[in-house]
Amino acid sequence: MEAIASAAPAKDASIGRRVALLMRNSKGFPIPLAVAMVAPLLIGLAVAFVQPVGQLLATSLWHPDFTLVEYQRIGATPLYFRIIARTFLLATTVTVAALLLGYPVALFLARLSGWRLTVATACIMLPLWTSVLVRSYSWIVILQRNGLLNTFLQWLGVINAPLPLLYNELAVVVAMTHVLLPYMILPIWAALRAMPRDLPLAAESLGANGPRVFWHVVLPLSMPGVASGTLMVFILALGFYVTPALVGGPRTLMLATLIGQQTIELLNWPFAGALAAVLLVTTLVLVAAFNRFLGLDKKAAS
Amino acid sequence: MTPCSGVQQPRNLSRRFARALWTGLCGAVFLFLLLPTVVVIPASFSAAKYFSFPPATWSVRWYVAYFHDEDWLAATSFSLEIALLSTVVALVLGVLVSLALVRSELPGKAAIRAIVLAPMIVPHIVIAVAMYLVYMRWDLVGTLPGLVLAHTVVCVPLVVINLSTGLQKMDPSLEMAAASMGADRIAAFRWVTLPLLAPSLATAAAFSFITSLDEAVISYFLSGSQGKTLTRKMFEDIDFDLSPIIAVASTLIIVVSVALMGSIELLRARNARLAAREA
Repeated sequence: MEAIASAAPAKDASIGRRVALLMRNSKGFPIPLAVAMVAPLLIGLAVAFVQPVGQLLATSLWHPDFTLVEYQRIGATPLYFRIIARTFLLATTVTVAALLLGYPVALFLARLSGWRLTVATACIMLPLWTSVLVRSYSWIVILQRNGLLNTFLQWLGVINAPLPLLYNELAVVVAMTHVLLPYMILPIWAALRAMPRDLPLAAESLGANGPRVFWHVVLPLSMPGVASGTLMVFILALGFYVTPALVGGPRTLMLATLIGQQTIELLNWPFAGALAAVLLVTTLVLVAAFNRFLGLDKKAAS
Repeated sequence: MTPCSGVQQPRNLSRRFARALWTGLCGAVFLFLLLPTVVVIPASFSAAKYFSFPPATWSVRWYVAYFHDEDWLAATSFSLEIALLSTVVALVLGVLVSLALVRSELPGKAAIRAIVLAPMIVPHIVIAVAMYLVYMRWDLVGTLPGLVLAHTVVCVPLVVINLSTGLQKMDPSLEMAAASMGADRIAAFRWVTLPLLAPSLATAAAFSFITSLDEAVISYFLSGSQGKTLTRKMFEDIDFDLSPIIAVASTLIIVVSVALMGSIELLRARNARLAAREA
């Protein structure tokens, strides 16, 4: 009897405890605990990531006194200027090629269903899951002297001797377009899927024909996907290292391969830091501009 | 089903022609995506001493060579070790950060998110060169801790993105229900949050593992003459000679990636089906 009597207040206390827990949980983790939860990663990133990048950029500006000589060197040397111009040109070419090839495919995907959709999705995802290094190597397999394409063309009788297909700018553009194409297709496809299905139908019922529906309804509604796909492909292309290094050869240096060469072969850290700063700042400005653009878009929509 | 059904009923010849052209173009693009991805697989079964495609005769001699070559085996196991450890570290740190970002009123969340996701935006060549510069001084180049540290940095954003999305989709009242029944925070996490988060965790783990295994730029710069990752070894050999053994390594990487990501995708499709049935 005594045990039951003494259990009653204990039960009340446990209800109080539960209520307290409930109140606390509805606000989530208390702030000191949350700080402790983010601290290990933030400290790790500060030491292993932020600090190295900061040091690399600092070597380009201080050795040991503040100087802009490395940056002046980039602007004043036609060779480096040409490499940067080539990088932007190649990145633009790859982005345009990916958009031209990717948009029809995304539109095609948006209309598929059932097993056709499964097969088509696999065609897009399979390359995405495969290492960039492996896919760049594949292009060597295809384009080299006794590779797939030369063998095929000789078998057809189109050419008598193998063509030099590898180690030029065209090879870089083709291989990079292949590697980056899924990054263009996926956001456009997502935008098209998110589009309400009755909108094109409504336009049609109001008398618009196929091309007009596409031009005035489908295309504008898919623009957010086009914008993010374009940005993603462009910034990835700007900083691409593996594919130009393997498929491009020494004559088609790009910004990333030039940075690599300056560090590994020439040990010119200040200059590599300046080139890295150019690449990093360009990328960050593009991402910030894009965020602002999308943010304004969202505001306009609401 | 169709966003633009006007094209569905071909009314005249030119429209039918346009449709055929479009289907043909899409087919060509699919081939362009797929063919270069799988072309290394037949190349790996060549019997020739030097590279040629298509191989005149077939064999598994390059597979035998691969599994008898100490350098390739060392590089493979080094890469697998790095991938496994980076995945574990990224998962543990990523889970903690995702929970704090989604389930607390921590100030400065946007800034924390920006720093955590930054390695996805900063070009890998910049990360690679910067780490090379600093890790050299710390004697971390070519070591397991150095590469795990570097790969964790690039894997963590994937973990945080996957887990935050998973957590945001999850109903917080479930955790509160657990608390109302007397579960403390750790019990609620162990028995409610964690099982519900399992699909996101599996996806995050698979992404991390593949990212680390495939990563070529940072690995290239941070590998040493002793500690060499698989991608660095492939990179060097592609530049040096084009023996079909690289096709073997490529095929193995493709098999691992596709098996892992494919099973995650199947799991996700199964979950979606189950959820649809419940609804």
